[in-house]
Amino acid sequence: MSDATHSSAPLPDSIASASLAKLGKFWDLNEHDHPEGHSTMLGFWIYLMSDCLIFAMLFAAFGVLGGNYAAGPGPRELFELPLVALNTSMLLFSSITYGFAMLAMQRGSVSQTQMWLLVTAVFGAAFLSIELYEFANLIHEGATPQRSAFLSAFFTLVGTHGLHVTFGLVWLFTLVVQVSRKGLIQANKRRLMCLSLFWHFLDVVWIGVFTFVYLMGMLR
Amino acid sequence: MTAVPLPATAPPQWSPLLGRISLEQLPFLHEPIVAATFAGVVLGGIALVGALTYFRLWGYLWKEWFTSVDHKKIGIMYMILGLVMFMRGFADAIMMRLQQAIAFNGSEGYLNAHHYDQVFTAHGVIMIFFAAMPFVTGLMNYVVPLQIGARDVSFPFLNNFSFWMTTGGAVLVMASLFLGEFGQTGWLAFPPLSGRAYSPGVGVDYYIWSLQVAGVGTTLSGINLIATIIKMRAPGMTLMRMPVFTWTALCTNVLIVASFPVLTAVLVLLSLDRYVGTNFFTNDFGGSPMMYVNMIWIWGHPEVYILILPIFGVFSEVTSTFSGKRLFGYTSMVYATVVITILSYLVWLHHFFTMGSGASVNSFFGITTMIISIPTGAKLFNWLFTMYRGRIRFDLPMMWTVAFMLTFTIGGMTGVLLAVPPADFVLHNSLFLIAHFHNVIIGGVVFGVFAAINYWWPKAFGFKLNQFWGKVSFWCWVPGFWIAFTPLYIMGLMGVTRRTRVFDDPSLQPFFVVALLGAVLIAAGIGAMVLQYGVSIWKREELKDESGDPWHGRTLEWATSSPPPAYNFAFTPIVHDLDAWEDMKRAGVGRPLDGYRPIHMPSNTGAGVILAGISTVLGFGLIWHIWWLAGISFVGLIASAIIHTFNYKRDYHIPAEDVAAVEAQRTAQLERLGQTQGAAA
Repeated sequence: MSDATHSSAPLPDSIASASLAKLGKFWDLNEHDHPEGHSTMLGFWIYLMSDCLIFAMLFAAFGVLGGNYAAGPGPRELFELPLVALNTSMLLFSSITYGFAMLAMQRGSVSQTQMWLLVTAVFGAAFLSIELYEFANLIHEGATPQRSAFLSAFFTLVGTHGLHVTFGLVWLFTLVVQVSRKGLIQANKRRLMCLSLFWHFLDVVWIGVFTFVYLMGMLR
Repeated sequence: MTAVPLPATAPPQWSPLLGRISLEQLPFLHEPIVAATFAGVVLGGIALVGALTYFRLWGYLWKEWFTSVDHKKIGIMYMILGLVMFMRGFADAIMMRLQQAIAFNGSEGYLNAHHYDQVFTAHGVIMIFFAAMPFVTGLMNYVVPLQIGARDVSFPFLNNFSFWMTTGGAVLVMASLFLGEFGQTGWLAFPPLSGRAYSPGVGVDYYIWSLQVAGVGTTLSGINLIATIIKMRAPGMTLMRMPVFTWTALCTNVLIVASFPVLTAVLVLLSLDRYVGTNFFTNDFGGSPMMYVNMIWIWGHPEVYILILPIFGVFSEVTSTFSGKRLFGYTSMVYATVVITILSYLVWLHHFFTMGSGASVNSFFGITTMIISIPTGAKLFNWLFTMYRGRIRFDLPMMWTVAFMLTFTIGGMTGVLLAVPPADFVLHNSLFLIAHFHNVIIGGVVFGVFAAINYWWPKAFGFKLNQFWGKVSFWCWVPGFWIAFTPLYIMGLMGVTRRTRVFDDPSLQPFFVVALLGAVLIAAGIGAMVLQYGVSIWKREELKDESGDPWHGRTLEWATSSPPPAYNFAFTPIVHDLDAWEDMKRAGVGRPLDGYRPIHMPSNTGAGVILAGISTVLGFGLIWHIWWLAGISFVGLIASAIIHTFNYKRDYHIPAEDVAAVEAQRTAQLERLGQTQGAAA
């Protein structure tokens, strides 16, 4: 920096003009900044795929251990499909309402975005409550995660999904606050879109859980 | 609770305040070897802290390095972390060599079983996760953005955070040396041995949480570099114009993202077994220990390709540069890399042919394993054909490359041998296997890292490394490797098993003594390497390279000054060909000397250090069952992460005048060298 006033000796004109064309060929003389967050959606999507692999492993574990009841209770004795169906509908509704939040965001309406986010949170919380109620019942009946490998795999897979939903809710409330503070600026829109991906991703995983764990479990 | 001193493997006592920590858990109080090491580390640590304080370097380190989001500085920090942990891992190695060389004829050697088992476990864990991984990640961090003509990575803050998570994991491993114990299970901690019934102590918990903390960093850095390579390439750099190192980095990071979550998941299941009492990997209640072995190798096999692929990239860059030729078979090199990436997922079962999956399953995995040697062989021929009729310059990077080609090929061949299931039934768990994977990891990854350090050091620091000490190191390392591991191949063929502490058969002793001599020679090689760095830093004025292109490089990292300015390139390069910088040099184009614009850059932040620090404390609390500490740090972690998201000002512009000033210095530097200059834009 000490050399701030230094300037190079001017080049002869002929060289300069010839070089100038070359320069423009090899260097972007008129470049623009990468817009902030230009890679965020891609990066977040890749993260989701890595998260998807965690679920894949838990599904695999359930696939391997799902029939190992160790003389304990199996899915037929434990699962209450109507309750799980209700639970599933809560999560599916929350995905729809999140979609409404995104539409409101596109329209640029802060209050409607927040309103739909909160509706989503209510459905998400309902889902978690029903899941916790189900877990409490199971544990009360003696079907604890320690009882058999089947139950270990069941509680871990379903619980990991529930934990993700919990984090999604924490994130959602954080975004409600951030939207009310800063409005629907570009950064907040990007964050809302990431959470949207996350939320729908959890929905897709849940459909896998519902089918693979509950429905197929009843058929075992 | 009993007052009798417990053996270290018994369940430790527990108190609400300190969890499982008690005086019995301080091994340096009753093990003289650990006591001496502890004293050395404490004295060294005090000296280091004292020196940093005396020279008032804390502020500088914090502002310029620890909180830096500059990919170049983070890359250098990764390399330093790798070097430090490499020394630790090597200390473990030479301890094992010494133990095995003397534990004959009724001698128990100098390491008791509890200590020896920790040493071989720690050696594997440290060398793979905390030496090789930081080396590879550090190289990719430093080189990739420069090679693609970018100013930084896609997520610079995340990059800093990833580095500190890796460091946090390393801190936990190091803490286990002086507080408690490390796992005694081998580097992959197979249950039921690693379950709470057989490993009730903190050793496996150290293993789990150090890998979990570091694993978060590795996964995030993988995501970061994929996004960087996909989104931030210079205009004109199509995928098939990417330098080979960048290609291998892309494939490696895809492997990281597609395999580290598997490790995370399987370690979560193991921790649930240990902490909650679930039955994933237990012997009873329907658990399946072999499921763990399958799952962890689904991560573990891609992992070895995560290490070697970028190193193949290094060798490609070095061979082409030092042969003064375009890389032979660039396209086939890229396809070979991609094929290896895919195949690396289809071979995991070859790590446990003896599990009893049956002939068909074993044949499938045996054949896929053998197939991998085809793209790898194609790569080797590509390097040889690149050298063919080239003007080869045998500088240090090229020397390491040739040593790699010779060494790695033999390691590859013993690998194909092990891929034959019937042969594997004989060689499984023997020293032959140990010799094989050290053959490919030392002969491949370690030699490659040394080639890379010698190659890119002048770029990072503006001066070359000393040749003499580099050559001394080379000539200690390469024969040292062969002297250390040939006896292991021979003994493995004779049926000697791995991880053995004491031997009954005295006729084996000469082999172990020779292996120890080899390890001592390698130690001399490491010493010479440290001297090489020291002498080079001491004599940096004599070794100075002002050109920024000391090796007549071909890729874009050589198009800027050494060390590069914070923004890498004042103007983004436009790419028209593979070997973009060679292309520019042929066209005789210089740099633009005018028309600078403000450059948009990410701001430094301390958030990465803070979040990773809290995560490390959280890991510590969980390891020792200090629930209040774990609880507080978990809440603190979430809270700090949320607070960090309220910071919207994460970037700034370097003013055009500052860019002009830095570039004027560069112009003056090049004028002194009489090099082609550009023109005012």
